[in-house]
Amino acid sequence: MTSATARPQLSRKVRLRFDRRTGRYMLLYPETGLELNRTATEIACLCTGECTIDDIAQHLARIYVDLSTAEIKRNVHDFLNTLAGRGLLQGLQ
Amino acid sequence: MNHEYRPYTLIAEITYRCPLRCPYCSNPIDYARHGAEIDTDTWLRVFHEAEALGVVQLNLTGGEPLLRDDLELFIEKASKLELYTNLITSGIPLTFERLSRFRALGLNSVQLSIQGTRPPESDRIAGAPSFHRKLEAMHWVKSLELPLTMNVVLHRDNIADIADFIKLAEDFSTDRIELANVQYLGWALQNRSALLPTREQLERARTVAEHARGRLQGKMEVVFVTPDYYSVYPKSCMDGWGRRFIVVNPEGFALPCHLAQTIPGLHFENVRQCHLEEIWHHSSSFNQFRGDGWLPDPCRTCDRRARDFGGCRCQAFHVTGNAGATDPACSLSPDHGRIESARRQASHLAGLPVLFEYRSGRGFTQT
Repeated sequence: MTSATARPQLSRKVRLRFDRRTGRYMLLYPETGLELNRTATEIACLCTGECTIDDIAQHLARIYVDLSTAEIKRNVHDFLNTLAGRGLLQGLQ
Repeated sequence: MNHEYRPYTLIAEITYRCPLRCPYCSNPIDYARHGAEIDTDTWLRVFHEAEALGVVQLNLTGGEPLLRDDLELFIEKASKLELYTNLITSGIPLTFERLSRFRALGLNSVQLSIQGTRPPESDRIAGAPSFHRKLEAMHWVKSLELPLTMNVVLHRDNIADIADFIKLAEDFSTDRIELANVQYLGWALQNRSALLPTREQLERARTVAEHARGRLQGKMEVVFVTPDYYSVYPKSCMDGWGRRFIVVNPEGFALPCHLAQTIPGLHFENVRQCHLEEIWHHSSSFNQFRGDGWLPDPCRTCDRRARDFGGCRCQAFHVTGNAGATDPACSLSPDHGRIESARRQASHLAGLPVLFEYRSGRGFTQT
């Protein structure tokens, strides 16, 4: 389980790339990739090892003003857990 | 004409030359008959055209890609194009200095093949002394902090060692281990009776792999690829013909899969003469098995057709003689009996000494 003070960072194997065909960002890693929606992109861009999970949630709260803090936190945790499960994150412990 | 498909990955087979002689090589059996390799500038142009077409992943493979001395230029160009660049290699011949250059030029990941967990077994499959050099190369990859995938091709003779392969991958802290059973095409089809495991061997290996996947989740990705000879439904070969992948072979032919040229009656364009975009959208061969208009029975009305796209076209041709047939690996295929018979043969041959026909260019000097 992720802790709010952890500072997630994309693994070395991951590259974040803008896809000009779709106007979205992609996370690329060996053999495959993930196309990110806007929220996921906001989160992935902050996975630099500097921001805590709480910092990321607060950043999103300023963008998505009509979502509750609880909902935002859940979204952030779910997405980070998805990335971690694929070995795409470090710094969660 | 077809603009609904986008290629994501370019598989650049930059040479068929290789210092190893693995009996399941995915290169065509008649590789030695193929023409001259395309030059540096043509490859650089192809990478550019591929990126413009939507490609984001580049697999530099072969044969052994390290045998091209312009590999540095390819990596540099790919990096400028922001392609995620994977070097797929046997690790031979490599030096630490050259690998350091690749990294500085922007190489993103390395996939290195291991044939066995101990020198005699590994070297026997590779057909050349290579085990220690491979371990050394893996060590260099890790010391340069490059992401490392260990690729293991599983077959009857090494599938029982699966736990040792996983242990070796853990010892090297690899990011990913690919435990891929042989796909029975090309050289592997020639050697099928020596390579196909029994169902019992396969199930034991699958259990070990599943256990490791759970234990290592988030740390090391464990990928287990079942041989389609033992699956109920066929694999979605290349994620569907002409849907996501382009292969360009050493002499410049653009193909929907590595072995598409073994299917007679298809015409393939060459990147020396044609723009990749033109080929991708308009080539008769790329369009031949796209969509579901071409699907035979029983695929035509099958719920799984959007998942497996009728399976592998090369396998359909090489086993049934008809490239437009349902992949015989499918239990619903009218030709499935041929696969069942290969499985029966594997179980009769269990425990007998294995003789391979090694990959070689001999016998192909005449045209």
